[in-house]
Amino acid sequence: MRFIDWLDERLAIRQLIKVMMTEYYVPKNINFLWSFGVLIVLMLVILIISGVFLLMYYKPDANLAFDSVNKTIMMDVAYGWIFRHVHAVGASIMFLLLYVHMARGIYYGSFKPPRELVWLTGYVLFVLMSATAFTGYLLPWGQMSYWAAQTITTLFEKIPFIGPDLVIWIRGHFIVEDPTLTRFFALHVVFLPLLLIIVTAVHLYAVRIVGSNNEDGEPIPKEEKKKKGIPFWPVFMSKEFFVMAVFLTFFFFLVFFHYEFAMDPINFIPADKLQTPPHIYPEWYFLAYYEVLRGFFFSQNLGLIAFVLSMFIAMFLPWLDRSPIVSGKHRPLFQIAFWIFVFDFVFLTILGKLPPTGLYAWLGLIGSIIFFAFFFSLPIISRIERKQLENGGKK
Amino acid sequence: MEKEERMQENNENMSRRDFLLYTMGAWATVGVGYALYAMYKTWEPLPEVMAQATVEFDLSTVKPGELKVISWRGKPVFILHKTEDMNECPNRTVAGHYTVVIGVCTHLGCIPNWEADKKIWHCPCHGGEYDACGVNIFGPPPRPLDIPPFKLKGNVIVLGEEGPEYKKMISG
Repeated sequence: MRFIDWLDERLAIRQLIKVMMTEYYVPKNINFLWSFGVLIVLMLVILIISGVFLLMYYKPDANLAFDSVNKTIMMDVAYGWIFRHVHAVGASIMFLLLYVHMARGIYYGSFKPPRELVWLTGYVLFVLMSATAFTGYLLPWGQMSYWAAQTITTLFEKIPFIGPDLVIWIRGHFIVEDPTLTRFFALHVVFLPLLLIIVTAVHLYAVRIVGSNNEDGEPIPKEEKKKKGIPFWPVFMSKEFFVMAVFLTFFFFLVFFHYEFAMDPINFIPADKLQTPPHIYPEWYFLAYYEVLRGFFFSQNLGLIAFVLSMFIAMFLPWLDRSPIVSGKHRPLFQIAFWIFVFDFVFLTILGKLPPTGLYAWLGLIGSIIFFAFFFSLPIISRIERKQLENGGKK
Repeated sequence: MEKEERMQENNENMSRRDFLLYTMGAWATVGVGYALYAMYKTWEPLPEVMAQATVEFDLSTVKPGELKVISWRGKPVFILHKTEDMNECPNRTVAGHYTVVIGVCTHLGCIPNWEADKKIWHCPCHGGEYDACGVNIFGPPPRPLDIPPFKLKGNVIVLGEEGPEYKKMISG
């Protein structure tokens, strides 16, 4: 008896492989943008492995953390620097992959029925990944780590009634201190990755039930899956391996030659709770949201509300964009809105790093309004397209 | 007849099952509630942190013209015994003679230095200046240095508790 048969009798492994891999069909009319999902899984694996090795020498203590990273891991541990640079660059590139993956979903309408849960679980994954990145950024206990955590936790102070007490509860101290570091550490290395893995499993399960979307947003009935699709394993993955190879070349080029973009020089100064760095800014992947926070420069409260809304509004896309036409490929009006939104996001990201004064303050306000205008234009565009379709049907 | 009996029996069974189900549900809710409460409590500041919530300081130990810096909730607090040649500001003066302010620049959180010859606080980061009352007189700071909540017990100032003098100062 072959081992696989022995396993099959006990775990129905053949059935599992069929459902997950060999009889899960990916549509033929897709482009390279559909390869980013697997790249994200690859990136998550790289982050977990590099993270485990960093964990072996990292010390979660306000007095020891900085040296355990900048001395022990960077100088003493053989190849420790590789693991740190892989982890830092990996976190950065993870967000690049996530943004492309999400933009693909928005453009081709991959969030529309029946894929609402694919979108929702995916969005939860994005929020979880953001929380993981934020908690992880505090761990080296440098100046930028410290003041990023200090500023972001201070935002909770504005919540009516419970705000000031809530901030102290989150920090475990009146300021960001050792208790804050240790609880962020626990969240970063155990709780959030665990949730990420669980929700990823649900996300991948959901996409196997409803199937991948395609360039034309064409629904593919069960009977046509074989004709209009290719098996995920081995056909799709054989192509994906090529994309992975290209991606890893790019990734390790960054790790070895341009890691400094993920390593802010200010963070090589140990955290000093009595000295704020002159300019505080988040990592590039949060700059657009940060700019929305600053964009409403005349009202701190309005900025805060806009900031929270900007982080979560995309979650409601399935209910904002209810156009019967699924793919953006066949929606000229939506294409205009989409590309304005993409350029606006890039624009906000650039502005986020510039000082919020004079002209930049006004540009930030305009950029922030355009950000929201995209989401609020979707119900209108949907209605226009529905009417066009109805009129077209009559003719 | 037999059928009815069976139904009655069934109903009884159902209600007994429901009772058990609700009891278990209620009991589990209590358990989960306590577990969540315990988790909430673990994140509260430890006693050693709460000990820093209030700080007592004897104002009479500061000589006229002298500045002392004490630590309260991880932040520096400036205590200046004012002399007559310094600005007057009754609504920012504690116990008749003292300026008590949190020593964190209201611009971007740097710590200003006291320049005794000019009788001002000068912030090294962006050149903001505050007079002996802690009021911003030059540069980017948007507002005067903050006054920490305090209570007076004779010569002793308790930082972190709101006494009548503090409330009067804030409302006035």
